[in-house]
Amino acid sequence: MNAPADTGSPAAAAPPSGSPAPVLSVRGLSVRFVMRGGRRIAAVSDAAFDLAPGECLALVGESGCGKSVLAAALLGLLPGNARTAGSARLNAAGGTAGPDAGDGGTIELLTASEQELARTVRGRRIGLVPQSPAAHLTPVRTVRAQLEETVRELTGVRRSGARADAERAADRAAFPLDHLDRYPHQLSGGLAQRAATALALVGDAPLLLADEPTTGLDRDLVERTVDELRRHTDDGRALLMITHDLAAAERIADRVAVMYAGRIVELADAPAFFGTPGPRHPYARGLLDALPERAFRPIPGMPPELGALPDGCAFAARCDRATAACEALPVPADGVACHHPVGAPPAAPGGPTPAEATEPTGAQRSEEDGRRARTA
Amino acid sequence: MLELRDITAGYEPRTPVVRGVSLTVAAGEAVGLLGPSGCGKSTLARVAALLHRPDGGTVTLDGETVTGWRHRAPRRQRTAYGVLFQQPRLSADPRLRLGELIAEPLRAGGRRAEIADRVGELAPVVGLTDELLRRRPHEVSDGQLQRACLARALVLRPRWLICDEMTAMLDASTTAALVAVVESYRRESGAGLLAVGHDRTLLARWCDRTVRWADLTGAPAARAEAPADR
Repeated sequence: MNAPADTGSPAAAAPPSGSPAPVLSVRGLSVRFVMRGGRRIAAVSDAAFDLAPGECLALVGESGCGKSVLAAALLGLLPGNARTAGSARLNAAGGTAGPDAGDGGTIELLTASEQELARTVRGRRIGLVPQSPAAHLTPVRTVRAQLEETVRELTGVRRSGARADAERAADRAAFPLDHLDRYPHQLSGGLAQRAATALALVGDAPLLLADEPTTGLDRDLVERTVDELRRHTDDGRALLMITHDLAAAERIADRVAVMYAGRIVELADAPAFFGTPGPRHPYARGLLDALPERAFRPIPGMPPELGALPDGCAFAARCDRATAACEALPVPADGVACHHPVGAPPAAPGGPTPAEATEPTGAQRSEEDGRRARTA
Repeated sequence: MLELRDITAGYEPRTPVVRGVSLTVAAGEAVGLLGPSGCGKSTLARVAALLHRPDGGTVTLDGETVTGWRHRAPRRQRTAYGVLFQQPRLSADPRLRLGELIAEPLRAGGRRAEIADRVGELAPVVGLTDELLRRRPHEVSDGQLQRACLARALVLRPRWLICDEMTAMLDASTTAALVAVVESYRRESGAGLLAVGHDRTLLARWCDRTVRWADLTGAPAARAEAPADR
């Protein structure tokens, strides 16, 4: 399912042959916020990617680069001053012949009405795993009450059926059944995360959208949370995980999309991205080199304001490979939007940069720790 | 020397979160404190920063036993610390512009005359432009706000830095940038550091030594030592 990196050009809409039809096809997606005085904020520009069943795509990038806006756009949750362009098609689940005539077909998320999104998409076809589960859950009701309400709302099952379904949903998210009658404030961060995941799974949505699911959690909890998300992906769901945690992305992603200043600048297979040959966009390379297990070297400078993006490459001002060519906007080609990608014809200065730092022992060790802390 | 000895602390009587923990940071030393969330390491960091009065044990700051916490601590002790928390949004007054936020410790200490110079000096160090200094917290990203909070922590030139999960909300590049700022300040000032976190790779890379919370509390050796002193 590791599809070759898409070119990102709107023309290349056809899914790669051999892999299942994508659940989600995004082409040329742009979001602009119109501010007072007519100022425009380019939060997302020309995003393009496919997401197949059973695949996890990690969308990584610095905070404020537009990742969460992209997620909000897919769910139709943008504020009123947002203007979208392009397309985001949610397709009927893979080979299974359309379940219900009503909601089985392809839907264009960007132009769908609020009613349609509320009735057929949110919860049913896209499950949202939120950034802050504690804030996502209703504080005055127990987890069971919230799960049962979601079951009733999404499946129409009532009474004892709802109770059983709620327990099944909790069980699928590995939420302990004896904690169902607790209120959100009585849960640890990890359990609150599972409760929120359980809610996202109730509708059996073929696409899961996880928006920074691990922010603020400690390492062991991060690993457990993403491992659970991976498990749901292995069940045949598609997962779009938005995160700035590169270690979490490395752990579960099949493919990685790197976003910078509202644009996807690199879309690559995760093993190649995190291992050898490594990222090809200088920004992505810099981001990995900033990790404490690698060079621990920050990218100089700061990202540009989304309200005042340069005409050319937005990373040029911080890039040591920048030349006059970077004054023109790079066109995504072969999964990377850069005039001087690493490993491309103009040989990389100083040879291949340290990409061997991904020792598998680290992952194994943390997995052990994850088990040890299972009772947190 | 910052010495925490046999500290017991918590928020409710009879249910301490921290029990009999001892930890020493030598002058100029960087100590990482590693533990899972909810273990009490942040409480210990707050005790060390004189922000939370412990129920038992002693804190010795540069040879002087601490007797007052929070506003009851003498100013010369309070201003010896720079403190950074995990969530910049919760530790920044939303009404202040970033420039005012950074200047606040000077203003509160009646040293307004130094504000322009000191803020002008620190802003480029933490990577904030004049334009950003004029914005309020809701107009900047988490990373930019944490940069301002770091400048605020350094504005009084503290001898001790307490960083409680300073980088947990930040991306890799901002993390590396802020740690580099802290380290360059420490090199020039000789300040000591207590960095609390759950990322062992980060703390190992950042600090001179890393102490695991479990070793501070659970290990029999640590337990046996404490009663022997009494």
